[in-house]
Amino acid sequence: MIPELGHFALALACAFAFAQAIVGLWGAHRRDMRLMAATPGLAVGQLLALAGASLALVLASAWDDFSVVNVAENSAVAKPLLYKITGTWGNHEGSILLWGLILGICGGLVSVFGRTLPSALRARVLGVLGGTSAGFLLFCLTTSNPFWRSWPAPADGRGMNPLLQDPGLAFHPPVLYMGYVGFAVPFAFAVAALLEGRIDAAWGRWVRPWALVSWCFLTCGIAMGSWWAYYELGWGGYWFWDPVENASLMPWLTGTALVHSAIVVEKRESLKIWTVLLAIGTFSLSLSGTFLVRSGILNSVHAFANDPARGIFILGLLGLVIGGSLLLFALRAPLLRSGGVFAPVSREGGLVLNNIFLCSICAVVIVGTMYPPFADLLLGQKISVGAPFFNATVLPLAIPVFLAMAVGPLLPWKRGRLMPLVTHAWWAALAAVAVGGVCAGNMAVLPALAFGAATWLILGSFSEVIERTLLFRAPVANSVRRARGLPVAVLGAAIAHAGMGVTIAGIAGMSLSSNKIVEAKPGDQFKLGGYEFTLLSLSSEPGPNFASRVASIEVTQGGTPVAIMRPSKRNFASQNQTTSDVAIRTNFLRDLYVVLGDERDGQAVLRLHVNPLAPWIWLGALVMAAGGALSLADRRLRVGAPSRLRAGAVPA
Amino acid sequence: MTRKMRRLSVILACGAGLGSASALTLSAFSDNLVFFMSPGDIATHAPAPGRTIRLGGLVQAKSLRVDKQDGEPVARFVVTDGRTTIPVSYTGILPDLFREGQGVVALGTIQPDHSFRAQEVLAKHDETYMPKDVADALKRSGHWNPAQGPAPPASTWNSVTASR
Repeated sequence: MIPELGHFALALACAFAFAQAIVGLWGAHRRDMRLMAATPGLAVGQLLALAGASLALVLASAWDDFSVVNVAENSAVAKPLLYKITGTWGNHEGSILLWGLILGICGGLVSVFGRTLPSALRARVLGVLGGTSAGFLLFCLTTSNPFWRSWPAPADGRGMNPLLQDPGLAFHPPVLYMGYVGFAVPFAFAVAALLEGRIDAAWGRWVRPWALVSWCFLTCGIAMGSWWAYYELGWGGYWFWDPVENASLMPWLTGTALVHSAIVVEKRESLKIWTVLLAIGTFSLSLSGTFLVRSGILNSVHAFANDPARGIFILGLLGLVIGGSLLLFALRAPLLRSGGVFAPVSREGGLVLNNIFLCSICAVVIVGTMYPPFADLLLGQKISVGAPFFNATVLPLAIPVFLAMAVGPLLPWKRGRLMPLVTHAWWAALAAVAVGGVCAGNMAVLPALAFGAATWLILGSFSEVIERTLLFRAPVANSVRRARGLPVAVLGAAIAHAGMGVTIAGIAGMSLSSNKIVEAKPGDQFKLGGYEFTLLSLSSEPGPNFASRVASIEVTQGGTPVAIMRPSKRNFASQNQTTSDVAIRTNFLRDLYVVLGDERDGQAVLRLHVNPLAPWIWLGALVMAAGGALSLADRRLRVGAPSRLRAGAVPA
Repeated sequence: MTRKMRRLSVILACGAGLGSASALTLSAFSDNLVFFMSPGDIATHAPAPGRTIRLGGLVQAKSLRVDKQDGEPVARFVVTDGRTTIPVSYTGILPDLFREGQGVVALGTIQPDHSFRAQEVLAKHDETYMPKDVADALKRSGHWNPAQGPAPPASTWNSVTASR
């Protein structure tokens, strides 16, 4: 019964989405107030229906309804309840439903928070969101329906991929999808602006918070994915340039560019056409990233399905959304007139430079990711492009960005001079050179350079804040007063830029990591990176739906105990699969990382890692997201904040 | 500075960005493209020594052994595409999904003694799924003809040995 209700709710949501698209776009075209006023209600209705469908799927999974094919294939009685719930979005059908649900949430939020928008713009934005949603819900209903039944129901399910049985999975996909799908809102705004043929500063002020929220979620989502790969796959790495990782990086790069170029639209009414193109491009990359990976066109661990019907539907849908929006762009973009002019050396000029380099990096990543499948398809060549390619191309393009992003915010709008940058940020440059120099004496060139760059970014990012508060130059009370008056966005930008520095420091530290593979029997001791690792014992322990072999390893530093680490190997009987459970101990300056391998004749293979500064990689991403979130709190971004007070009633 | 000059400077900056990106891509492509080869491909036209390639095939049944070299455990196994075989050595922990008789993809270089030294071993598959690259290699070696039905389940590939 519950799955039927879910199925019905899904169909209802699809109908709502179609209605939302038609009513919104037609109503705005005809300037029909009643139709335009109806769209927010339809969007909220779609959201409620989708929430119902998702709840039904979670219930079916939690109550072990194996007559539902999706549950039978991905769940089992012995699976812990948490994973029964989170496992609903760990498979193809469920992840499409989650995708739709988040798009529904975006539509709902636009209806609720968009009451101060011009009604035609709001109807168009909701119409575009509804149209996108309708396409994907139709895809979900026809080719990947999570509510399909099979009869007779099996007694037990097949169980989920043991690699996915991990708390990280509970949060990684929803956060990542919030990022991907969130960019649908700037996309919808861009398409709506093209339909209206008009963009002004208010448009930029609307788009920027949406882009910023999505960007924060995407940043966190990518960091969580990388962290998951680090502790769950047990390869000791954190980024593999796997197609699915690249698929999340590409919209992040253009999204970062979008967040910056939207500032120019808002402040200076310049770069309008470019910003619209970026909004379209970012969502297109989000879409193609998720769905090319999911459809199995890109050969990846994350490929859920290899069903040609799905592939063709997805390609058609992608072609429609991306091709349609680009066609509209080609037809209507000349209508958008650009405003303020600026000199090459100015805040705008710096942001243009940022955009050029971010988009160049993105282009390189696209080529590296897409070339192998196309070479296979068109030329029949079996090739792959690995980390060396991406390191050789992305790094040289990223260096100018790192150099410029610390001091870019010091430039004034319209026209500026380079000299003040030197006088305001010389101390950060000096510190960076000093750190780089000290490091160069102790390590290879590249990590030393990276540490220098990280110092430059972390310190230099705050040069604008220091400059504007006259810190160390004016009396303290004066500085405090100035700091109070400082726009929150300035502080947010400084923190976000410094977060990048933290991540770079983490990556540089990680490149200095040392590791060792040993064959050990209990009692053996090994030295690595200033620590002694002693294998104490090997034992067997039961788990909820697995049996594990656990190694106990004592880690000491010069005789003083540091930690007892317990890496294990889990054997999942229902899938006949084994996974490694890595043991990690961190003190935020270094990670101890131990993996248990195969055992033979009482000897176990162990891989020991000492990873300096490893947690900083993800910490930096969190700092970046926090900076983004902080600048969201800026009063200047909240359009019509006072007028929201008078609207007391909650809309239907 | 005139409007024209400003526009020119932006276009120049764009050109510089895209130009350097394409130059970097092309130069990195010539050095870092990794070709996928089956043992048969390596036998017919061997890659240059030191060139990183991806080797794909099936782990020959009962070929895996582990011995010690300089205090580190080294896994040695034989990869086959059903016709040709190549010995592979790998220092490290084999992935959890690594099984004899199942598909494997290894990244590494050909050694002077015509063995394959792997830096990375991937076994991204489960009981029923065979990596696409491996399936193609099997088809090309004539070991599996898709016209005669689906690929036999991976567990039965245990019987695969280098024939002829």
